Amino acid sequence: MGPQDLTDTMIRLEKVAKVFPGASRPAVDDLDLDVGKGEFVTLVGPSGCGKTTTLKMINRIIEPSSGRILIDGADVVAVPPHELRRSIGYVIQQVGLFPHRTIAQNIATVPALMGWDAGRIKERIEQLAALVGLDPEMLDRYPAALSGGQQQRVGVARALAADPPLLLMDEPFGAVDPIVRKRLQHEFQALQQRLGKTVVFVTHDVDEAILLGDRMAILNVGGVLEQFDEPATILANPANAFVEDFLGGERGLKRLALLPVGEAQGIRWGPVVDVSANPEEAKRVMEEESTDWIGLLEEGRLLGWVDGSAVGTGPLRDLVPRPFLVTLGSDASLRSALDAVVTSHARVAMVVDQGLYRGMLDLEGISEEITE
Amino acid sequence: MMAQASPLIDWQWIWRNMGEILDRTWQHLSLTAVSVALGLVISLGLTAVVLRWRRTYTPITWVTGLLYTIPSLALFALLVPIVGLNATNAVIALTSYTLLIIIRNMVAGINGVPEPVLEAADGMGYTRRARFWRMEIPLALPVIIAGLRIATVTTVGLVTVTAVLGLGGYGYFILRGLNTFFWTQILVGVTLSVVLATILDLAFIWLQSALSPWARSPK
Amino acid sequence: MTVWESMREFLSEPSTWSGPDSIWVRLGEHIAVSVAAVVIAGILVLPLAVWLGHIRKGSAIATAVVNIGRAVPSFGVLAIAFLIFVQIGAGIGEPWPVLVALIALAAPPMFTNTIAGIQTVEPTTLESARGMGLTEREVLTGVELPLSMPLIMEGVRIAFVQVIATATLGALVAWGGLGRFIVDGFAQQDVGELIVGAILVGMLAIAAELGLSATQRATTPRGLRVGR
Repeated sequence: MGPQDLTDTMIRLEKVAKVFPGASRPAVDDLDLDVGKGEFVTLVGPSGCGKTTTLKMINRIIEPSSGRILIDGADVVAVPPHELRRSIGYVIQQVGLFPHRTIAQNIATVPALMGWDAGRIKERIEQLAALVGLDPEMLDRYPAALSGGQQQRVGVARALAADPPLLLMDEPFGAVDPIVRKRLQHEFQALQQRLGKTVVFVTHDVDEAILLGDRMAILNVGGVLEQFDEPATILANPANAFVEDFLGGERGLKRLALLPVGEAQGIRWGPVVDVSANPEEAKRVMEEESTDWIGLLEEGRLLGWVDGSAVGTGPLRDLVPRPFLVTLGSDASLRSALDAVVTSHARVAMVVDQGLYRGMLDLEGISEEITE
Repeated sequence: MMAQASPLIDWQWIWRNMGEILDRTWQHLSLTAVSVALGLVISLGLTAVVLRWRRTYTPITWVTGLLYTIPSLALFALLVPIVGLNATNAVIALTSYTLLIIIRNMVAGINGVPEPVLEAADGMGYTRRARFWRMEIPLALPVIIAGLRIATVTTVGLVTVTAVLGLGGYGYFILRGLNTFFWTQILVGVTLSVVLATILDLAFIWLQSALSPWARSPK
Repeated sequence: MTVWESMREFLSEPSTWSGPDSIWVRLGEHIAVSVAAVVIAGILVLPLAVWLGHIRKGSAIATAVVNIGRAVPSFGVLAIAFLIFVQIGAGIGEPWPVLVALIALAAPPMFTNTIAGIQTVEPTTLESARGMGLTEREVLTGVELPLSMPLIMEGVRIAFVQVIATATLGALVAWGGLGRFIVDGFAQQDVGELIVGAILVGMLAIAAELGLSATQRATTPRGLRVGR
């Protein structure tokens, strides 16, 4: 959930509005939004919803027509804009690396502006290069020599250089191809988990927002806030037709992608017995579960399964089990589980955690989650 | 009347007149340098005006373009009743011819700085002033230098025409040679003019490259 | 005598308005040699430039031509042409050296701009034209040339203005043209003649520039014109 009291709030937007000169409608109209410290909030919406305008009002690239914005309790207009911006990391879609400076010089921009000494800057640059996965050889090259993905990494490193508590990002991964984008998204997610920065992230891609955000703010044209909540919650209960529409099709599946298997209610033991059990026990279990196969365990480890007809009178230990094609860990998503269920012969997904069998999920168990 | 053919190149003459050649070299260089420098200063001022009031670009281009269209001989002539037949006349005219090209390149250079770079600079926390001197100017410099290069080479050519004002630099030799049918002088004048223009051209090309190391790096 | 008085005196002389040294004759000479130079240079240079641009091989040459053209002073070209013609025995005062020099000066801008113009046409546009079944010639005349017109016309304009300016210097190599008044004005210290000549040349150059700019706009295909 969001911040409970003001001291946990990093950014507060109070009745913020923006009307551009000559425009007939406001770009942003009366927006209230709170972002907690360490929270990753995504701003999503169609063109014209004011998400980028809103972002740019936080660091005063655009000045609001009315309302106020507080960062860590202080009004943003209290300090000169250039001072404010030195404590906020800013990453834009086209990156805007300074072409006449080397990568190292680009990254060192804000620390240099703040007067850090050369040694400290050098250390920090090396640290950041490692953090964002940049080859140190690149540091003395110029931006023109780097690929799109590499440039984006430099953009992120540059924003993090002075270790700002807040990061503003405007479609930062939009200008690269889908494969690179996926990689950058996952890397940034991992980075964010390590650093715990407060991030406000603008994107038009709802799937990106669902993947990355702790909370998602869905904006409608004119900066109207339609829903602001955790992605899984929004997917389960869209506030209105607009949100439902915007989330796109396969909402159920998208939600499943967010839910880990380990927390699924529908997990159960299923037709699995230890190899030391006697064959009669196995037959009984198969009958109870109405299956024609049985899974075998040895010391808690899942060996595989055998066809029901193979179970005779001899010990189960003598049977040769066939391994399950797919097993999932507890942190796999329910969507992967669904995929496993659909593609497996037995129509089940076996959950194994650190080698030990946890339980299984079948179609019924998974659909319980969707309809919750 | 047929002209008598004199040998094409009289090396003796060249050797004997080295002093004059050096004097004219100095004259040619100084006329060029002063005119381009003056042109640069005036263009800086006019560019500042254009950047501040966008609408002035069209009229300013119009006027400098008009000046550029007037043939040099005519401009020198028109200035005679105003300043006489002297170096001032030459410099005023030569400077006028540089304005169009320098201003156009200055404005293009500054406008050519990519928008994301400026936005990123703002976002990092550069003040307006710092942004201008440390982002816009360095990035606009290559284009500005290119303009100076073209202006300089063009001016070297135009200086030859100032011979009618009694100056001329190397043009002095061309005019004298024409009037006395002395081919050596003509060839010396033309050749040295081309050499000077080429040297300055290469110098500016080098300068442009030196000031923009980032444009050199291959991918 | 003031400048105005000198001008008035010059303009009241009968020889200024009729006879071999009149304004009409000089103007006619000036325009004739300029037009001839541009036309001839065009005939010599444009087909080659169009072809080079079409096969996309011309950039290096075009750049070299521009640089060389800029480094050689037009006065110098005129003087060398004069030198050559006298050496081969032509008479003094003939327009031929001037014409040849002007052709040499008109060629580079037309050459370079034409190559550049043809090459600015997007390869994808040409590809789709070919894909629709146009022959190479139809692609050239129906697509490439119309789209290159703005830059080609600009080359013609630059060449023309350059030629008119240099034709003025023709008077320095014993020829006529409107430059005759300026050079004679300098020689005879006749301010009136000097200024009248300068004004006439200036007006001619500006008229040519404006006229050709209008032609440039008129020959630009409507879809390419930048609206305001």
